[in-house]
Amino acid sequence: MKAFADLFEALDQTNKTQEKINLLAEYLSHASDEDRLWIIALFTGRKPSRIANTTQLRNWAARAAGLPQWLVEATWHTVGDLGETLAGIIPEPEVPTHQPNSLATTIQQVFHIQSLDSEEAKEAAVITLWKQLSKTERFLFNKLSAGSLRIGVSQGLLIKAISKAFQLEENIIAHRLMGNWDPRTTTFQQLILQPQATDHLSKPYPFFLAYALEDSSQIQQNPSAWLAEHKWDGIRAQLIVRNGQLYVWTRGEELVTDRYPEFHSLVSQLPSGTVIDGEILAWQNNKPLSFQFLQKRMGRKTLSKKLLQEIPVILMAYDLLEHQGMDIRNEPLVKRKKLLEELVHQCNANTLKLSELYFADSWESLLQERQRSAEKGSEGLMLKHRDSVYGTGRRKGGWWKWKVDPFTIDAVMIYAQSGHGRRAGLYTDYTFAVWDEQRKLVPIAKAYSGLKDEEILQLDRWIKQHTIEKFGPVRSVEAVQVFELAFEGIQPSTRHKSGVALRFPRIARWRTDKKAEEANTLADLKTLISIV
Amino acid sequence: MDDLVILTEYGLYCPQADLFIDPWKAVKKAIITHGHSDHARSGSENYLCHHQSIPILKSRLGNIAVQGLEYKETFTINGVTISLHPAGHVVGSAQVRLEYKGEVWVISGDYKTQPDGICEPFEPVTCHTFITESTFGLPFFQWQTQSVVMQQIQQWWKKNQSEGISSVLFAYSLGKAQRILANLDNSLGPIIVHGATHAMNEACRRSGIVLPQTYRVSELPNASWCKGALVIAPSSAAGSPWLKRFEPYRTAVASGWMAMRGARRWQAADRGFVLSDHADWHGLNLAIQATGAEQVLVTHGYTDLFSRWLCEQGLKSSVLKTQFRGEQVNEPETEITEV
Repeated sequence: MKAFADLFEALDQTNKTQEKINLLAEYLSHASDEDRLWIIALFTGRKPSRIANTTQLRNWAARAAGLPQWLVEATWHTVGDLGETLAGIIPEPEVPTHQPNSLATTIQQVFHIQSLDSEEAKEAAVITLWKQLSKTERFLFNKLSAGSLRIGVSQGLLIKAISKAFQLEENIIAHRLMGNWDPRTTTFQQLILQPQATDHLSKPYPFFLAYALEDSSQIQQNPSAWLAEHKWDGIRAQLIVRNGQLYVWTRGEELVTDRYPEFHSLVSQLPSGTVIDGEILAWQNNKPLSFQFLQKRMGRKTLSKKLLQEIPVILMAYDLLEHQGMDIRNEPLVKRKKLLEELVHQCNANTLKLSELYFADSWESLLQERQRSAEKGSEGLMLKHRDSVYGTGRRKGGWWKWKVDPFTIDAVMIYAQSGHGRRAGLYTDYTFAVWDEQRKLVPIAKAYSGLKDEEILQLDRWIKQHTIEKFGPVRSVEAVQVFELAFEGIQPSTRHKSGVALRFPRIARWRTDKKAEEANTLADLKTLISIV
Repeated sequence: MDDLVILTEYGLYCPQADLFIDPWKAVKKAIITHGHSDHARSGSENYLCHHQSIPILKSRLGNIAVQGLEYKETFTINGVTISLHPAGHVVGSAQVRLEYKGEVWVISGDYKTQPDGICEPFEPVTCHTFITESTFGLPFFQWQTQSVVMQQIQQWWKKNQSEGISSVLFAYSLGKAQRILANLDNSLGPIIVHGATHAMNEACRRSGIVLPQTYRVSELPNASWCKGALVIAPSSAAGSPWLKRFEPYRTAVASGWMAMRGARRWQAADRGFVLSDHADWHGLNLAIQATGAEQVLVTHGYTDLFSRWLCEQGLKSSVLKTQFRGEQVNEPETEITEV
């Protein structure tokens, strides 16, 4: 565990990618196979489920440290991170016990504690461990116990480190890491070093993602080299048919085949050795339903007939990654699109639709098509170079996201809450309001991103000086500061007092030039609903 | 009996002796606990402080009328016996003891309980009422011993140097800068200081504090001295053109707030060293216990929470809403900027 804690601290102290890769590669080359496997599992989100809920952990730590619960809770609100708070309030062991436990044995302990029947036994086991571990180890153990260990290492970075440590090609590792493997039933050797051909049957390809278009000049120069298609607001997914089996994977690497019975018949309609990249959409009357509806399907494990009827889904096919069992990701896009089109037509299933392509003859025609996004129910366009390959991860160049401009509104900040993680100790989460018919401010959105670091500091200072009331981590502040909020959509809501819910609200600008009285009204917002 | 010390719009006030302690507005008579800008403000007619604080106050406030006292030296005004006692916070820092008709009040100013090797260590003073700070008054804040932190700083400097990289350490100009200087092994290379840091070093040297040799940029024999050096500067120097000459460099912040990962990341420094001139949770609790006070008034920091905690420990406690700030994540703007 010490080596893992040291690795964690070292990773935490640098924001340079190459240094992180070197640190991880170094750890991987020296760790035992069990620890290697668990590091990979943890860094790819395969963490053990939690031992206890946050209330239990808080109570146990309060007892272990001899502190009242309210003080532990208040401390947590200040520090912002529960695992860190609890690690910090428990006194260091007088004499370090130097338990020679590895990462893998600590995780075994987590599983062991999970298996204990009574809460008392769990508490006793956790407190015993706390008293043996150093502060960073306690922090990591708490994160494992609460099932919330997150480390600033992307999958891409992990892949680079594995590649460096074991001299393997990155794309091979990326593929081996995907899919439904479980660190408790596989070994490092099996997963990374000696993969079997059959292991790959269910595995999707790493998704290719795009950045937002920043500079349109290269497209304007040669529009005919680019294809456009609508960017649908659903769940990005890969549909796989191999050896008479169907698998549906989401971009979040979740295997969701069971949740979408609509696709089950495709197993006989598509040839074996087919992988389609597309978007799962709730679909009715030849139009997508809003994302809200799809959300109702996402969480459900058991699907009622009624729900299936009310919210049917389709797959909007974007790309073909595997054709007749061959990986064709490196073929040019136009060729993959042509093969996809043939396949979808042959299949002729009403749950599999072909994403319509727009061949741009001019920049203006692209602009025009993008303007139709709202009416079609899409988020905007994707621009893809006709010769682009299907890459791995988020890359610049071949594909660009070109979303429609967001809606904006001016709103007044009325509450502030201290942030978590990187922004702990600073007031960074804000609640915004607009004027209702009685000229009262009603909250309409919470937002936190979008301000520059120095603006956050400045605003933090202002908030502390202009607090009206404190309730725990939240302060109400004088209604003075106006912000331009951007958002992607707006829906009627029964849950919010204002009666509206904004989709993806974020701060676009701090309007220091505006007075609170000049902010928008609820009536302004409600007119937007009718437009969307 | 009336309270010996009350809160007014000018600051903490002793009506019987007609004097203020660390006032935030100009008054006739001010006792100053230490030289940080939230405790020592300009404009008052007469200042009184520990004699080691005088050069610091003069450096920061200009030519003021100031009188110095030794620790434990007493004098009496209108029946109130007044003395200063070591607070262990920074050079010259003092607690103020006031006694009137057998009733004793102590105003701590800022303090820390761990000896730092540079200023007179904190001494608890028995009293009836103790006015305490609570900058780090949450159980999360538990400091390691100073030698461990100094070792971390030393290793960080050494590693950077071995890679040909300079080490820029942001630390309060008064307090932490001297503490770091006095406790580091400077045989590793030159230690270069920012103008604001230099001004405080000089003030401390005038008070008789011995500090290792430091250089200002203008004093360097040639520019190659910058490479691999340790640079001590206030955090306001971060990203300033003055730092360019030290490139390539890594940055670190020395502050009690660095105990929180969030604050550490927020600073966007490469490293955070947990080092504070304030008492940690155990320090505050032990200090309060040692005074034997039955009433504890809490001035700044996590005042509400800390006061509630003290009440639950059976003490009489409430909050005094002062304008003291204690340690900030970023040092309040120093007047000295360098280019």
